[in-house]
Amino acid sequence: MSPLLIVVLRVLAAIGLMLANGVVLIYMLRKVLGHLHVRLGPMHMGPKGVLQTTMDVLKLLTKEDVTPTNVDKVLFFIAPALVFVPALMAYAAIPFSETWRITDLDTGLLYSFAALSVIPIGLLMAGWASANKWSLLGGMRAAGQQIAYEVPLLLSVLPVVMVVGSLNMSDIVAAQSGLWFVIPQLPAFVIFAIAGLVELNQTPFDMSEAESELVAGFASEYSAMKFGLLFLSEFSNSFIMSAIGVTVFFGGWMIPFVPAEVMQPVAPVIFMTKVYIGIFFMMWIRGTFPRVRIDQLMQLGWKWLIPASLAWIMITGLVIKVWQLGPGAS
Amino acid sequence: MSLDYLILGGFVVIGFVFYVATVTASNLLSPTAPSREKGVTYECGSRPIGPPWVQFRVGYYVYALLFVVFDIETVFLYPWAVTFNRFGLFILVEMVLFMAILVLGLLYAWKEGALTWR
Repeated sequence: MSPLLIVVLRVLAAIGLMLANGVVLIYMLRKVLGHLHVRLGPMHMGPKGVLQTTMDVLKLLTKEDVTPTNVDKVLFFIAPALVFVPALMAYAAIPFSETWRITDLDTGLLYSFAALSVIPIGLLMAGWASANKWSLLGGMRAAGQQIAYEVPLLLSVLPVVMVVGSLNMSDIVAAQSGLWFVIPQLPAFVIFAIAGLVELNQTPFDMSEAESELVAGFASEYSAMKFGLLFLSEFSNSFIMSAIGVTVFFGGWMIPFVPAEVMQPVAPVIFMTKVYIGIFFMMWIRGTFPRVRIDQLMQLGWKWLIPASLAWIMITGLVIKVWQLGPGAS
Repeated sequence: MSLDYLILGGFVVIGFVFYVATVTASNLLSPTAPSREKGVTYECGSRPIGPPWVQFRVGYYVYALLFVVFDIETVFLYPWAVTFNRFGLFILVEMVLFMAILVLGLLYAWKEGALTWR
C-alpha cells in the first residue's frame, strides 16, 4: 500500500471510531443517568431507544446553522475545529492491542496530553467569538479550570514514566504484565482521576457550561453541526481520558495471570471493555455529586493536587533509588 | 517512524477537511431563514445591553502566569523521568534542588494570596 493510502485509511478509522464512540456514549449517558434518577431514559426510537442518538445526529445535520450578526465570523467558524481536531488527534497514540494502534510513537503519552491541551484554546476562542457574555464567562472558566488541572494531570503520570523509563504507550502496557500500576501507584491514580475529571468539564466540574448559571457556556450561540462537533469532541474526550487511564494504570489490553499470547486475539475487546467501565464510573460520579464551586475547585488544584503530585514524584524517585543502591544493586 | 509522523500530519489536514465538509453538508441539507431577531445573541430573551467584549478580572492572569511556570517545569520533568533509571542518585538530588526553588515560588504566591479565588 502506498504511504498516502495508509495515512488516509488510519485517519478515517480514527474518525469512524470517534463518531461511533460519540453515538454510543451519548446513548449510554442518557440511559445511565436515567436509571440513576429512577426513570427510563430514551425508550421510543428502536428497541429500548438504541436509535435515539442516531436520530439526534440526523436532526442536528438538518437543523439551520444560525450565525448571529455581531459575532467574530472567522473565529466563530474556526473555534469548533480547534476543539474537534485535537480531540481527534488524541486517538493517534492509543494502543488497543500490541498490533492495533494508529501510530507507535515513542512519545505517545506526552503526545496524547499535548493534543488534549490544545482544546482550552478552542473553548476560549468559542467563548470570545460568540459575542455573548454567557459564552465569554463559560470560555474563561473552561480555560481557567483546564489549565489549573493540566499541571497535576501531567505530573500524576510521571511516577509511572519513571518506573517504566519510556513514554511509549505500548512499553507502559508491557511493563504491567505482572502487576497493574494502580496498586503501587495508587496516590498517583487518585490525582490522575480527579484532575482527569476536571479536564473533561463534566458534572460535578462543569462550571464552564453550567446550564443553570450560564445557559450553555461557550456553546450557547452554536447550532447545527458546529454544536454537534463541539459536543462530539467533549464525549470523545471522556473516552480518551479513560483510555489513557486504562493504559497507564490498569494494564491496557492485558489481564493479570493470563499470558500475552493467549490474550492477543481478544486484546482490543478487553481494552474497550476496560475503557467503557472507566466511562461508566465517570457517569456514575456525574449522576451522584452536586456541582462544586469554582473557588473550591481552584484551591483544590493549586493547594493540594500540585504539591501532592510533586511529593509523590519525589517519594517514588527515592524508593527507586534506594532499591537500586540497596537490595536491587548487583 | 517517519510514517507515524506523516499520519499525525494527516490527522490535522483530514480533521480540518472533515470539519468543513460536515458543516457544509449540514448547511446544504438544512433550511435557511435568516431574520433580524435570530441574529441577536441570546441573553435570556432580553436585548443585550453594552458590548459583549468586556474587561476581565485580573485573577485569571495570575493563574495563567503560575500555569506557565509549572507547565515549563513539567516539560523539564518529562525527559528527566524517562532517563531516571539510567543515572545514579545525583539525578534525584538535582531535581529536588530544582523543584525546591519552584515550590518556594508557589509558597510565596500562596502567602501573597494569589491562589485564593476572590
